[in-house]
Amino acid sequence: MMRRLLPPLVSGSLFGAGLALGGMTDPARVRGFLDIFGDWDPTLAFVMGGAVLVMAIAWRFREHMAHPLFAEKFSLPDRSDLTGRLIGGSALFGVGWGIAGLCPGPGIAALVIEPASAAIFVVSMLAGMFLVRLVEGSA
Amino acid sequence: MISGFTLSAFPDAAPMSGLFGGILIGLAAALMLLGAGRIAGVSGIAARATGISDSGMSTSSAWMFLIGLPVGAAIVAIASGGLKPSFASPVYLIVAGLLVGVGTRLGSGCTSGHGVCGVSRLSQRSIVATLTFMAAGIATVAFMNAAGLEVLP
Repeated sequence: MMRRLLPPLVSGSLFGAGLALGGMTDPARVRGFLDIFGDWDPTLAFVMGGAVLVMAIAWRFREHMAHPLFAEKFSLPDRSDLTGRLIGGSALFGVGWGIAGLCPGPGIAALVIEPASAAIFVVSMLAGMFLVRLVEGSA
Repeated sequence: MISGFTLSAFPDAAPMSGLFGGILIGLAAALMLLGAGRIAGVSGIAARATGISDSGMSTSSAWMFLIGLPVGAAIVAIASGGLKPSFASPVYLIVAGLLVGVGTRLGSGCTSGHGVCGVSRLSQRSIVATLTFMAAGIATVAFMNAAGLEVLP
């Protein structure tokens, strides 16, 4: 049981710490990064760069592993098709990200930083997700 | 938060905190990949935990990851003597939340799944998704600034 549940808890905690340390839980920081035509704040480029660098190394390790350390097999996305749904959905997400300066991870992590505001965002986000399921049926 | 080098052209930027934060996020995603064999994509995991998505990791694993997010943020907040960012007003938060929820389901991911895990894997879909949501975010902030819409107090 612990072998299964401890890795995601540790991963989530490291993730949340990284988000807070990197400034992703500060909407002004996020909006400052997106404000390239105004008073640009490049901090998030360092967050993105650090995370992508570590993960690029992790993908190399993965190539030499028959199975994950704590699971029987890798369960990874394998699609490569570019669809209107992918692009349209990402555009809608980007608009929402720009409006409030929050994406899903920081929104959830911010529940301990500014509980009322973060809860409004997270509940609305889940409602949006549920709406897609309602319209499309189970997926 | 972490001092060290600063950028003279951007005195408000925090490159060292950003880099260390990013490395922690990368380690978290690496643990999920190499430990559990899965993508640390927060929007997908949130949908999985709440039963909105039927596929992915176990519901209990999804909840463990989600619970970890505020736990980790709380540790940083306590260690740094409290974080006091300002947030948008409820109307903006609701509109933004709905768009983020709908968009990440249609687009199959967000900043973490596409932006970190997919881009580092050179996934074509994730690179296109990331460029799209960054462009949309940049356009949104530029439009709101031009229209004089103040979001953060």
